Parts: sequence; structure tokens; C-alpha cells
Amino acid sequence: MERDDIYEYSLDTHHSEEVGKKIRRKIWVVTAILTVITGIEVAIGGMVHQDNPYWYIVKWLFIGLTLLKAGYIVLTFMHLGDERKVLRYVILVPYFIFIIYLIFIALTEGNAVHSTWTNYGG
Amino acid sequence: MAGHSTTHVDTGSAWGGKVSPFNVSYGKMMMWFFLVSDALTFGGLLISYGFVRHTTEGAWPIGEETFEALPFLGHGYPLAYVALMTFILIVSSVTMVLAVEAGHRMDKKGVVKWMLATIIGGFFFVGSQAWEWSHFMHGTDWGSVELADGSRAIVKGHFGEFESFTVVEAGKHHKKGEVIKESSDELYHHFREAVLAGHVKDGKMMLHDGSIVTWKRQADHEVKLIVKTDGNGVALKKRTVIEGKDAEKKYWEAVNSGEKGRLVYGANLLSLSEPNEYGPTQYAQLFFFITGFHGFHVFSGVVINILIFLGVVKGTYHKRGHYEMVEKTGLYWHFVDLVWVFVFTFFYLV
Repeated sequence: MERDDIYEYSLDTHHSEEVGKKIRRKIWVVTAILTVITGIEVAIGGMVHQDNPYWYIVKWLFIGLTLLKAGYIVLTFMHLGDERKVLRYVILVPYFIFIIYLIFIALTEGNAVHSTWTNYGG
Repeated sequence: MAGHSTTHVDTGSAWGGKVSPFNVSYGKMMMWFFLVSDALTFGGLLISYGFVRHTTEGAWPIGEETFEALPFLGHGYPLAYVALMTFILIVSSVTMVLAVEAGHRMDKKGVVKWMLATIIGGFFFVGSQAWEWSHFMHGTDWGSVELADGSRAIVKGHFGEFESFTVVEAGKHHKKGEVIKESSDELYHHFREAVLAGHVKDGKMMLHDGSIVTWKRQADHEVKLIVKTDGNGVALKKRTVIEGKDAEKKYWEAVNSGEKGRLVYGANLLSLSEPNEYGPTQYAQLFFFITGFHGFHVFSGVVINILIFLGVVKGTYHKRGHYEMVEKTGLYWHFVDLVWVFVFTFFYLV
């Protein structure tokens, strides 16, 4: 039975050939960016060893590049960038609050366990 | 039925129940909520990886040392294989988003084409993960070695190939003086079996049938022992590297000791409480769990993509007037790619 009391949002997402052309160009640009970033990561990963005194810079660079890649995937490929602001924040904000908390608590605890084992034996 | 003008959200009635304040359909919103919960699962897994790694510090294996093999080409290509896997998954994500775009133009042919490409990419990824797992379980030709002082080292370099065995003491199947010529892989297989059983001593080893043989093999090259833990399995402050003839001597000393357990090969699936070739026990467990859980997502994603693909071919969505099912399965597929980006960084790069 056809219902007329709810909106059919699914029908509202069509676009024309011209708009499609623009979207496709954007997709290919993002593809190139993701590929280049991965290439850079692998090249640096193969060259800079973790014994290197500057390793921590590389490590943070990797994490930054990963977040950049993730941003492109979520905002462009998953179209979250085109969604309404409120949906964007409902998805991202609770996730980040929880994950940042979890990272903080787990890594702090991991370091504590490590120093306990080193100081008092495992 | 709504057009553009009717979906405009009147802020006064936005929460009244008639329109979605998110301006998306129920199905799409639920897909997003599912993905958030799934992302929390993966986040939890990767963070537990970080936790375990921080408890072991320097003993933890390093990606570019552990993953440096390519099919057919052997060793010495750090991260190349996993970069290829990442690229395959990114490309299949691109073909998926192109399928979604084609759906928005009601271009059925385009959707069919790009979804097919996505499915093929998915199969390629699952296949390469199978190789990665098999290689990880099997380990290198060297294995990791317990040195005379009890410390454990991972071994790098080119392992000299076996050429032949010469029987010095007869067994069930071989006579004394017989020269056993098989492919170097098969000879190596016998050798590994003997090492694991503790049947190699002073340059001689006992085969399955009880015969004792000596071996002839090519020279090793660029042998390097990387010591990360002391005799008690505790991480060293700074790893030490033993190279050249000294490394060869120490390695073969352990092989020829006739003691069981001095060498460990691969993921050591025989005993989970014993070390694996790469480092602490938890490393292999986390590897299998996290990449396995991700691989399961890829596999289920491929299955879902195939089902939706059949719907597209049949014209179900075209009749419906929109290709939102493609968009929703696309969200799941991109999510799989998204997770891999993080697994790639935290398992392989840092």
C-alpha cells in the first residue's frame, strides 16, 4: 500500500549527467590522492627504520596521513560530506569521544603494565 | 511522493515525526548506525592491539621486517605486498562509488559494470589475504632462533638452498652411501621436520625412516640476527644486531644443537603459549583475529554485493525508481576499505 504520510527520501537522490560528470571527476581525484598517500607511506615505511631517532615524527606523520585518507573515504566515497550537518555530527561526535577516551585509557594502562613487568618481574 | 520542494525541512516540525531531521531514508540511517557500532568493534580491537604492544614495548615485531615477501619473488620487499592489497581495496572502493553514481543517474548498464568490477576486486583482496595468511603461518626458511645465551633472535638474509642429502647410516628406506636428490623445497621440508623434532645434531640429521644423512647446500648470504629479548623473554632496552660470519655461526650452532624448541617457524599454530617466529605470542593471535575479522567483513561484503548485483541485473531497483540498495551496500563496502586503512597503518606501518 502506498503511504502518503511519509516522505520517500530515496527518490530524492537523483542527479543529471552534468552533475554526474563533476562527481566522477571528484571521485578520480580522490582516487589519485589515496593512491599517492599509500605510495608515500610505503616508501617511508621501507626507508625509515623504527630505530631512527626521528621515528616518532614519521609515526605521527603516518597517523596523520591515515586520518586524511579516512577523511576522504568517509566524506567523499561514503558521501557523508553531502549529508545534512546534523546526521554528520550524530555519527562522528559520539564515535570520536568514545574512541579518544578508549585510546587514552588503554595506552596508559599498557604502559603501566609494561613498567610493572619490568620493575617487578612478569 | 516527494520531489525536491517537499523534502525541505521545516525546522518547526522537524522533530514532529513526519519528516526526518537527517533528510535520509530509514534504511540508510540504520546502515550508518550499524557502521558506527561496527567501527567501535574494530576500534576496540585495534586499541587492544595498542594495549598489548605497549605492554611488550621493544619485543614487538616491526611490520617492515615481518611482511617483506612477495609471491614468486621471495624476500626483501618490505610492505610491497600489503601496499598492493591496499591498492586493490581502494580501487574496488572507487568502482563501488562509481556504481552508486551511475545509480543516481538511473544508468543500469553503468551500475552493472561497476558493481561487477567491485565484486572482482573483492575476490582479489580475499585471495591475497589467503596468501598472506598462509605465508604468515608458514614463516620464513630461517625461523627465529634461540641463541646460546637464551636470547631469541629473528633472522634475515638469504637461506642457502639444499642440493642433496648423503645417507651415512641406513634406515628403512635408504641404504648407506645413497645420495638423495629431490627438489630443494622438498629437502628443506625434511630438514625443517628434523629441526622441529630435535633430530639435527653436529651436521647430521635423522630422517623420518630413521636413516641419518649429511647435507650439501649452497652458501647463506647476508645473514642478520636481530635480538630483541633477553634470556627471560624481556625486551632489551635497545635491540642488538649480529651480522655476517658470526651470525651464521650462531645460527647453525643452534640448529646443530639437537635441542627441541631452539627454532620456531611461522605463527607456531601447534602451541599458542609458545612464541611465534615474529615475537610475543599475542602478536600472531591479534594478527589472525583482526585481519581475520576484517577478511570476514570483506567476504560478507562480496556476498552482499553479489546479491545486490543480481537485483540490479534483474531490474528490481530500476522498477523501484531508485538505486538506494546499491548505495547502502556501497556504504558497507567503503567501510571495509576504511577499516583496512587503519589496519594497514597500525599493523603494518607503525
